[in-house]
Amino acid sequence: MNEHAPLLRVENLSITLKTPSGEQVQPLRGVNFELSRGEALGIVGESGSGKSMSMLALMGLLPSNARRDADSLKLGDKDLLQIEDTTFAREIAGKRIGMIFQEPMTSLNPVYTIGRQLIETATLYGRGTARAARARAIELLNRVGVPEPELRLDQYPHQLSGGLRQRVMIAMALMNEPELIIADEPTTALDVTIKAQILDLLADLQSELGMGMILVSHDIGAVSRAVDRIGVMYAGAFVEKGPLDDVFEHPLHPYTQGLLQCAPRATLAHGGPRLGAIPGSVPSPFKRLTRCAFSDRCPHVHDACYGSEPALRSAGNQAYRCVLDAEQLQSDNDHSDKGVVIPHATPVQVEHGDPPVLALESASCVFTTRRGLLGRSKDNRAVDDVSIALHGNEILAIVGESGSGKTTTARMMLGLQQPTSGVALFRGEALEKSTPRQRAQLIQPVFQDPYSSLNPLRTVGDSIGRPLVVHGVGNRASRRERALEIMSLVGLPERFYNSYPNQMSGGQRQRVAIARALVLEPKVLICDEPTSALDISVQAQILNLLLDLRERLGLTYLLITHDLAVVRYFATRVVVMKSGQIVESGETERVYTQPTHPYTQELLASISDPLRRSA
Amino acid sequence: MLRFAIRRLLLALAVGFTVSLAAFLALQLATDPAQAIAGEDAEPAVVEQIRIEYGLDRPLVTQYVDWIGNVVQGNFGESFYWHQSVADLILQAAPTTLKLATFSILVTILVAIPLGALAAMRPNSWVDRLALSVSVSAQAIPNFWLGLVVIVIFSVHLGWFPVAGDRTLAHFVLPAFVLGMTSVPAVMRLTRAGLLEAFEADYIRTARAKGFRGYPLLKKQALRNAMLPVISVLAVQLGNKLGGAIITEAVFSMRGLGRLAVDSIQGGDIPTVQMLVFVFAMTFVLLTFIADLINAWIDPRLRLR
Repeated sequence: MNEHAPLLRVENLSITLKTPSGEQVQPLRGVNFELSRGEALGIVGESGSGKSMSMLALMGLLPSNARRDADSLKLGDKDLLQIEDTTFAREIAGKRIGMIFQEPMTSLNPVYTIGRQLIETATLYGRGTARAARARAIELLNRVGVPEPELRLDQYPHQLSGGLRQRVMIAMALMNEPELIIADEPTTALDVTIKAQILDLLADLQSELGMGMILVSHDIGAVSRAVDRIGVMYAGAFVEKGPLDDVFEHPLHPYTQGLLQCAPRATLAHGGPRLGAIPGSVPSPFKRLTRCAFSDRCPHVHDACYGSEPALRSAGNQAYRCVLDAEQLQSDNDHSDKGVVIPHATPVQVEHGDPPVLALESASCVFTTRRGLLGRSKDNRAVDDVSIALHGNEILAIVGESGSGKTTTARMMLGLQQPTSGVALFRGEALEKSTPRQRAQLIQPVFQDPYSSLNPLRTVGDSIGRPLVVHGVGNRASRRERALEIMSLVGLPERFYNSYPNQMSGGQRQRVAIARALVLEPKVLICDEPTSALDISVQAQILNLLLDLRERLGLTYLLITHDLAVVRYFATRVVVMKSGQIVESGETERVYTQPTHPYTQELLASISDPLRRSA
Repeated sequence: MLRFAIRRLLLALAVGFTVSLAAFLALQLATDPAQAIAGEDAEPAVVEQIRIEYGLDRPLVTQYVDWIGNVVQGNFGESFYWHQSVADLILQAAPTTLKLATFSILVTILVAIPLGALAAMRPNSWVDRLALSVSVSAQAIPNFWLGLVVIVIFSVHLGWFPVAGDRTLAHFVLPAFVLGMTSVPAVMRLTRAGLLEAFEADYIRTARAKGFRGYPLLKKQALRNAMLPVISVLAVQLGNKLGGAIITEAVFSMRGLGRLAVDSIQGGDIPTVQMLVFVFAMTFVLLTFIADLINAWIDPRLRLR
């Protein structure tokens, strides 16, 4: 075997999808990359960039309506294009390439034990004996940090936490000592502290076992924790490739530059410069490109961008897909207000008068569950003696991991959940004394998933005007006027008035949700993970929009999130919750620079900052 | 698992009690048992005498406690119509029905599950379409007609099987086929749908990434997940066959529980009808209990409930 041959060579890999309407689209267009033995490559991109699709194509896991084309697809000396799928399954899948998927909750078979699923990987096609496989499974579970491995073998997936399941997935991918491991969004579904642990584990294992690794993620910060080289994908092709440090220190492609600027970072504080945002949204897969895919969002766009798609050009160790010269792109980025506009936020005065706008006083919430008809009832204390005061014009963030009680706290402040003990107050008056209608005029929610929180059968105009109808405000004409007014306020063009949610991108839908929340002119918006379902470039747009609206309308925000980088950029004050209790609270800057509680310190240490990585 | 089984058993007993009460009350309230025994033209005095003789004048609660107490002890009462113990009547007819139901559910399983699996392996292929047409035909063809057709072909022309009766196992082949086919469409389509759903699941993608393909993927990864709804439906279908095989029994002149039920209803034989209703209902309770246990064995998550 040729020692110098790359571990993996992918040349001109394309995927053609046939849509149900008979149309052909290309979610992946001519992708090239190489991976040396023992090297870790990160592939980043937003939804629809083709990053996951390319990995599925490598593994022969594409849906049946997709066609894979490539000039070359080689693992070592093995030509993957020349072998049958059955041969690939027998000799390569799970054996020479191990794969880890995004959702540890659903990626393990629920009806079989952990042990069986680990062992079968190593005994399939007579790859090894059951006895040896069992020993290896125990050894690997131990290595990936699963406590009491022998006990775990007899357990079922649902008996393990998300983090443990992902560790099991990693062990499973390693069962046959693969040369290459592919991790497709391995940490997206996990809590922040677990996320960092899993990435560090992957990085350790990769160098320890000398494997090649491809880490696919939408989270540019996460990737930076574990890879040597990085490729940035946009609309089905690489727009930039190169060593991690080079790409992060001097990104060349305007998209990479924008992406790095709009990823919230641990260092970007509230009141400082605004996040750079890339205007527009990620395009959907198209047929054939006769222009640069990024041209409609690019600040440098000019005539040369049209006509054909630019080729990848190399500059030093990097390669980028742009018609402009590397020097020019780089100098533009260094004076970055030319690249992406970053307006400075004007500070807003927080009203510290009494009483606060919204407050919880010693609120607890206990959920009682009863198993079956004859089962015993069990109390689950979701929120335990929490007091929070939200002052006018403030942006208060509640951070915590899943199960910390942050959402229940928000529901109590919205009046959607009655505290078991304690009280929720609006300007000193008990919230429960007001009617749901009155509450709706004071406090409005913005939810996480704009795909499911909008009625798919209502037009945008209808959705936004709906609260006015419910509250009997105005007539048809005045409501339309008001809806259009709000739409322009949140940056939605008038032409969307008669559109349906499925015709819009995630960012546009979230704007609709915000518009709907604002139409009754509430004092307080409670935003529950308002950007976590959105692409990074769009997330920055929404965060900046919310900041603008606060300045213009004098709004008060309660932000519920697990994303600590967003909090530092967005919030003026922060409350950290764990197991239903507040463990720390204070001015955002104070908490971030001098955290006192160990849990806060742990949370802060888990932030992956692409630009502060080597520090 | 044991705790799950005990909880389910208690639940089954509670349902069984309710069912027995319903079976008892429905017949007591809807008909006049004394009148039924005496005959429609009997003198009112005779009816009253019978009422007292059989203890039918006592309060319903007493009668129920009496009845259920006897049932629990295996004393199912006396048939007014046949002048024989109800237990004997049921025991005579039960073996035929049990055999017929067991064989026919085997036919269902052996035809429907492989057919559903084949269809799911290649959705929208000719195999899938063939399986679909078999299932639609099986659904559309009436039981008695299919029965007559197979009798004409396999008994009259080919002479392979006896025409009617229930003495030997050979007698059961044709009726079991006919009765089994009635459940094929539902079970086949459920198998197909369950497998197709499983094939879309993330854990199947994981299994494919590990190297699983084709039949091993189906058998070792998807099938168990797809079987949950199928098991529940099979239990109901088996219950129907145990209680409602009246048409098939009639076509093949078999003396099973279905026939007994028809005869006792026609004869106004309340103790037998009451007991049959109770037995059929308890069969469902038992089958549901067993299906729950099997499902809990298949899917560990169900044991938590």
